[in-house]
Amino acid sequence: MANDTLKAGFDAYMAAVESKLAKNPERTNLEPNRLYTPLDVPEFDYEKDLGFPGEYPYTRGVQPTMYRGRFWTMRMYAGFSTAEESNKRYRYLLANGGSGLSCAFDLPTQIGYDSTDPMAEGEVGKVGVAIDSLADMEILFDQIDLAKVSTSMTINAPASVLLCMYIAVAEKQGVSADKLRGTIQNDILKEYSARGTYIFPPKPSMRLITNIFEYCAKNVPLWNTISISGYHIREAGSTAAQEIAFTIADGIAYVEAALKAGMDIDAFAGRLSFFWNAHNNVLEEVAKFRASRRVWAKVMKERFGAKKAKSMMLRVHTQTAGSMLTAQQPNNNIVRVALQTAAAVMGGTQSLHTNSKDEALALPTTESVTIALRTQQIVAYESGLADTVDPLGGSYYVEALTNKIEAECWDYIKKIDEIGGAPEAISKGYIQKEIQDSAYRWQMDVEQGRRIIVGVNKFQQEEAAPTNLLRVDGSVGELQRKKIETLKAKRDNAKVAETLATLKIAAGEDESTNLIPLILDAVKAYATEGEICGVLREVFGEFKSHVAL
Amino acid sequence: MAKVRILVAKPGLDGHDRGAKVVARALRDAGFEVIYTGIRLTPEQIAESALQEDVNVVALSLLSGAHNTLFPKVVELLKAKGMTDVMVIGGGVIPESDIPGLKAAGIEAVFTPGTATTEIVKYINEHVK
Repeated sequence: MANDTLKAGFDAYMAAVESKLAKNPERTNLEPNRLYTPLDVPEFDYEKDLGFPGEYPYTRGVQPTMYRGRFWTMRMYAGFSTAEESNKRYRYLLANGGSGLSCAFDLPTQIGYDSTDPMAEGEVGKVGVAIDSLADMEILFDQIDLAKVSTSMTINAPASVLLCMYIAVAEKQGVSADKLRGTIQNDILKEYSARGTYIFPPKPSMRLITNIFEYCAKNVPLWNTISISGYHIREAGSTAAQEIAFTIADGIAYVEAALKAGMDIDAFAGRLSFFWNAHNNVLEEVAKFRASRRVWAKVMKERFGAKKAKSMMLRVHTQTAGSMLTAQQPNNNIVRVALQTAAAVMGGTQSLHTNSKDEALALPTTESVTIALRTQQIVAYESGLADTVDPLGGSYYVEALTNKIEAECWDYIKKIDEIGGAPEAISKGYIQKEIQDSAYRWQMDVEQGRRIIVGVNKFQQEEAAPTNLLRVDGSVGELQRKKIETLKAKRDNAKVAETLATLKIAAGEDESTNLIPLILDAVKAYATEGEICGVLREVFGEFKSHVAL
Repeated sequence: MAKVRILVAKPGLDGHDRGAKVVARALRDAGFEVIYTGIRLTPEQIAESALQEDVNVVALSLLSGAHNTLFPKVVELLKAKGMTDVMVIGGGVIPESDIPGLKAAGIEAVFTPGTATTEIVKYINEHVK
């Protein structure tokens, strides 16, 4: 047998290498094997394991021609200060070849507080744009044609409110909801386990999410109703395999919730989307993307009996790893981001945000954002990486690594199933603990020199404090306060009270009512986000996190 | 000497707690008594916890950019509660140029990204009252 000859050859090679190791030692702490050969993928079955691009199990990608037809969407996450300032940045990015928008909201907006709320102190406009009502949203998308652009919104607990604002702005532009393209993150489970912008407890949160699935299936059919996110799990310190495993486990929980609410799998599954991190280890990342598509396809087909191809495709947005940017020698981050971009592209992402070099220090300046966007354009147009589909498919190493990550992922899914599913595993603190342990291991590896970060624990140099950092004007809170005052004096307050009262009753009394149309009514009456979430807080209560070290 | 007690806390709305948790665990492994509050606490809640837990050190972590408002507020509230000998230190995504202002406001040391946890342990051991 050919494999026997190969095995003999391989053993001879290894013996020869080992005999010289004393004289020619290898570096320590290397994770992969020395060499990969067909022996590492013994059961390899092309049609079963890979298939063709655009075909089950989608290992090689979700579209038949991938980037030969159209590049990924270059979608830069942006937003800070006021809606006016952010609108300027959005129009700048679109004018410079950005092909979709991605809205960053400030923390009060993400947690359902108006800018005037005492809890919002110091945070207004800091990590994203402050949106208090439909009036701000109208300014945010001023002169941006919502029929043409696709918009991703990083919003979770109050996703329904921001989606309704978007629908209302579009309506004013004369664009009907069935034409709208975009994504809301809407992934509450990872907020509990890794990201922290939760509001309500799991049960009512899951209701809001399935309400959105249902409403969008009927009214906003092109909208991605959720972006099930591993990005933040990875940022919190998980490994590559944990990132996709915990995220797919969350995905399973959302599907189960929607099925329980009586929906048909193929009616909503095609609008589920994912969000991965592009980390430093290029080949591991490529394998992770490929493994994740294969796992999700199997989950949807075998576990849930999905019939439509679209339901089985893991479509993914990617962001380069913020946690891998260093504050030291920040120009080096440009190179890191370029490699991470290469990984995401060879992994087959559908859209990509590239971080800017200065983000370990502050929000990025326009100049550094431009470099980040240009990085994607260089990879797209100059590198050749986008010119053939799944260029690393068939690499012994990448296929073996894809199998390994897939196997680890199944192990975790099994473990989480045994615990009772992702929501239960989160409430028991299991997922958080796994992530924390990995984060701590990473930090110790860096501190003890097993892992080298250039400029941090090797090749350090004295450098001047960086200048030219973006500053968010401290007056944003005051500006928003004035806007809210004007709004409350101008709007029909009786109408606001009426829509909020109706919402409150429906939220509390009848679990079968879909809340989205009622939230839309309140949004259109210019109820503030804090007022809408406030009503829901009264009915649903608030989530208290599980803290353990 | 009694064990040094440290409150690791996250003021404001920022949920990035990887750093806070890693530092908390490293401090614990270094032999300190560590209390980690979890995320999304007001400065009032932090000062109250510091008082209740009778800590020697309050270590604040924030990555959202609200440090100039929230860190000094914690110091003020601690003082108002008579906890004048508590050491307050901070960490997170904090531009170099903000550090002098924070120090003037009573945050004794600020640790920025890339800091080894051993450096924080060393600082506390050398400076704690």
